[in-house]
Amino acid sequence: MLFFSQLINGLQLGSIYALIALGYSMVYGIIRLLNFAHGDILMVGAYVALFSLTASFDPWLVITLTIITSTLLAIIIEKVTYTPLRNAPRLSVLITAIGVSILLQNLSQFFFGASGRPFPVHLLLEPTVFNFFGININNNSIITIIVTIVSMIVLTFIVKRTRLGKAMRAVSQDLDAARLMGVNVNNVVTFTFAVGASLAGIGSILYALRFPLISPNIGGILGLKAFVAAIVGGIGSIPGAMIGGYTIGILEVLVITFGLSGWTDGVVFLLLIIVLMFKPTGIMGKNIAEKV
Amino acid sequence: MRETNIPLYIRYIVTAILLTSFLFIGFFITNSNILGRAHNTLIIQIGFYIILSVSLNMVAGYLGQLPLGHAGFMAVGAYSASLFWRLGILPSFSNIIVGLIISGITAAIFGIIIGVPALRLKGDYLSIITLGFGEIIRVVINNLDNITYGARGLLNIPRYSTFTLVYICVIITIMVIHLIMKSKHGRAIIAIRDNEIAARSCGVNVIYYKVFTFAVSAFFAGIAGALMAGNQGILVPNNFDFMTSVNILMIVVLGGMGSMFGSVISSIVLISLPVFLQPLNEYRMIIYSLLLIVVMIFKPTGLMGSYEFSLTYFLEKIGIKRREENV
Amino acid sequence: MSNIVIECKNLGIDFGGLTAVDNFNKSIKSSQISGLIGPNGAGKTTIFNLLTKVYKPTRGSILFNGNDTKNMSITSINKAGVARTFQNIRLFNKMTVLENVLVGLHNRTNCNLVSSILRLPTYFRSEKKAKEIALNLLEIFDMKDIYKENAGNLSYGTQRKLEITRALATSPKILLLDEPAAGMNPKETEDLMETIKKIQNDFKIAILLIEHDMKLVMGICSEITVLNYGKIIANGLPIEIQNNQKVIEAYLGKGEEIA
Repeated sequence: MLFFSQLINGLQLGSIYALIALGYSMVYGIIRLLNFAHGDILMVGAYVALFSLTASFDPWLVITLTIITSTLLAIIIEKVTYTPLRNAPRLSVLITAIGVSILLQNLSQFFFGASGRPFPVHLLLEPTVFNFFGININNNSIITIIVTIVSMIVLTFIVKRTRLGKAMRAVSQDLDAARLMGVNVNNVVTFTFAVGASLAGIGSILYALRFPLISPNIGGILGLKAFVAAIVGGIGSIPGAMIGGYTIGILEVLVITFGLSGWTDGVVFLLLIIVLMFKPTGIMGKNIAEKV
Repeated sequence: MRETNIPLYIRYIVTAILLTSFLFIGFFITNSNILGRAHNTLIIQIGFYIILSVSLNMVAGYLGQLPLGHAGFMAVGAYSASLFWRLGILPSFSNIIVGLIISGITAAIFGIIIGVPALRLKGDYLSIITLGFGEIIRVVINNLDNITYGARGLLNIPRYSTFTLVYICVIITIMVIHLIMKSKHGRAIIAIRDNEIAARSCGVNVIYYKVFTFAVSAFFAGIAGALMAGNQGILVPNNFDFMTSVNILMIVVLGGMGSMFGSVISSIVLISLPVFLQPLNEYRMIIYSLLLIVVMIFKPTGLMGSYEFSLTYFLEKIGIKRREENV
Repeated sequence: MSNIVIECKNLGIDFGGLTAVDNFNKSIKSSQISGLIGPNGAGKTTIFNLLTKVYKPTRGSILFNGNDTKNMSITSINKAGVARTFQNIRLFNKMTVLENVLVGLHNRTNCNLVSSILRLPTYFRSEKKAKEIALNLLEIFDMKDIYKENAGNLSYGTQRKLEITRALATSPKILLLDEPAAGMNPKETEDLMETIKKIQNDFKIAILLIEHDMKLVMGICSEITVLNYGKIIANGLPIEIQNNQKVIEAYLGKGEEIA
C-alpha cells in the first residue's frame, strides 16, 4: 500500500518535473540554449498565482492570468536578451541565461522579500483525500497527473500536426536551411519560448499545490532538476521529457522513502552524471555527430 | 610572446621589487589597522576571490569550457584544510603550509575525478555536469555530519589567513598560471579552445591537457577555499552553493574571459564595491546580473577582453631600454 | 627500395545503414605525391578522416610503416607521422601565425611542466629552438614577415598555406591535403603546385591530396585514385585516368566537368 501511495507521490512530483523539462527541452532542441531562467519564470508564475488568489480572484482567472504572465515574461526575455545573441558564441548565451536567472531571483527578492510566503491552496482547490482500494490519494495528485498528460497530448499535437509545429521541427534540424525555405525563424523561436513558458505557468500552479510555500529561489534547484530530467529523457523529445520527469520524480520519492531526504539533490545529479557518461543523448535522444 | 629589448634579469628585478613593496605596503596597512577590521577582512576576501577567478579563468577563458562547479573545489579545499588545521599536529607555520598543500592537492584530485567524465562532453553539457558535481560535493559535505558537522557548521578553524599569507598565495597563483600559459603547455590549451580537432591533429594530447587544466584550476580553487576558511573561522556547506560558483563566474566574465589582469581588477572592484557603496548593497545582485547581461550583449569578450597588463611594455613606455642601444 | 608509408586493406566504413567507403585498397610510397579525386560525396574526406583516426573503420585495416593503427588516436597517429589539413580551414584563429606553427611543433618542443613553471634553462633553450624552426618553416612559405599577425585575419590563400606549414611542423612522414586549392585563383593555384612539389622535394615525405582542380592534380601527382560512391573505380597514372571510360562516366554522369 505504501508502495502505491509513494508511486502516486512520485508520479505527481515527476509530472511537475516533466512539465518544466519540456520547456527546457524544446528551447534547447531548437536553438541549443540552456534557458537557465526557465525555472525562475515558474517562480514568477507562482507569485502571480499567489497574489491573484489572495486578492480573491476567480480560480480560473487566476490560472489564466498565471499562464499569460509567464508566457509574456518569457517572450520579453527572449526578445530583449536572447535575440541579440542569436549568432553569439554559445558560452556568451549560456552566461546571459544565467544572468537572467539571477536577475529574476533578485528582483523577486527585492519586491516580494526573501522569506517564503504560504500559498493559499484552499482558495484554489479544497484538498480532498480519496480512498482508492485502500490507497489514500490526494485530489491534487490526480489533477497534477491528468493535467500533465493532457498538456503532453496537446503539445504533441501542436508539434506533429500544425504548421508552426512543422516549422519548429524544421528549425531544430537546421536553422539556416529553415530560414532559406521561408520559415520565419524569429517567430518560431518566440513561439517555442511561449509554449515552454505557458507549460511553466501551468507547472507553477501544480508546484504550489504540492509545495505551498513560495520564495524567490524555488525556481533555481527545481529548474536545474527539471533540466536534468530533460537530459535524462533526451533533449528535444516530448516523450523523453515525460520519461525523464517521471524517472527523477520517482527516484526522489524513493530516496526520501529510504530516509535519505538530505541526499535527494545529490542522487538526482548522480543520475545525470551516469546518464551523460553512458548515454549522453539521453533515453530517447538521437546522436548528433560533429562534422569534420 | 612579446618582443623586447629589456634584458630578462632587469625585468625579474623590477617585478621582484614591485611585488615586495606591495607586500610591505599591504602588511603595514593591515597590521597598523588604519582601515579598520572590516576593511582588513575585505582585503583578504579580495585576495581569495582573485585566486578563485584567475583559476576559473584558466578553464573558462583559456580552455574555453564553462564549469559551473568551482565552489565545489573550493569546498573540498576549505574542508580538507580546516579539518587538518583543527588537528593541530604540526607547529603553527608548518601546519599552515601543509594544510594549504593538502587543500590544493585534494581539490586537484577532485578536479581530475570530475575532469575525466566531463571530458567526454562539450559546451553546455560540460557546464551542467560540473554543476552537478558541485552540488553533489555540497550534499555530501552536508550529510557527512560526523566529520564536517553538516549544516551546523565546522567551527574553531584557526584564523591563519593573514594578509601576508593571502598575498603570497595570490602571487604564486598568478605566477604559476601565467608561466604555464606562456609555454608550450599554455599554447596547447589555447589551441584546444580555438579548434579541438586541429589541436589533436597537431599531436596535442587533448585529454591530458583538459584534465590537467581542470586539475590546476581546482588546485588553486582549493587553496582559495582554505584561505576563506582561515579567514572566517567557520564553514557551512551553503558557503559553497551554486550562487558562489556564479559569483566567481561573474567576476571572470565581467573582467574578460582570457584576461588574468581583468580577473584581478574585476575581483577588486566587484568585491569592494558593495562595501563602499553600502546603500547600494540591497540592489547589488540586481545590478551585477543586469551588468552581466548587458556586457554579454554588447561586449561578449568582457570589459577587458583578453588584455593583459605587461610590465615590459610599461617599462618600455617610460624609456628603460638596453643600455647599448641608448648610446 | 620502395618503402610503403601507408597501406589501406579492404578499408570500409558505414554510417548508420549507409556505406560511405567500401573495399578501399591503396598503398602510398614514401616520396610520392598521389591524388584522390572523385565527385562530391564520393567519400574522399571520409578516407582522410579514417587515415587520421577521426573515424574508426567498420571493416579493414590501415597499416602505417607496416604497423596496424587499430588502437591509435588522432593524436598518436599524428605523433607517428601522419599530418593533415582540413577542407574547411581549421586554424587557431586567435593565435598568431607563429604560435600556430609552434603548436604544430608541440611534440618537438622538449620542455616538461616543471621546467616551464620554474623557467629552467631547458625552457629557454627549447622555446628558442622551436621558434627558430617555426620561423624557418614560415620563411619557406613566404610568411616570415607576417608571423605576428593573428591567423584569423589572414587571407584565404595564406590561411591554407599556414595550415600546411603547421602540418609540416609536426614533421610528418605523410601529409594529407584536403582540397588545398579550394577558393584559390589560378595564379595562387599555380604557386601552390610549386609549393607542394617543393615540400615533397625538400622534406622527402609522401603527400596525398584531395583536389577538384584537375590541372593541379594531373600536374603534380604521380598516381591518382578515383573514388565514386565510396568505391575505387580507377587507379593509375594521370594519363591513364584521363582516358579511363569509367572515370569520364562518373564525372559526366554527375554532370561535372573534367578539365
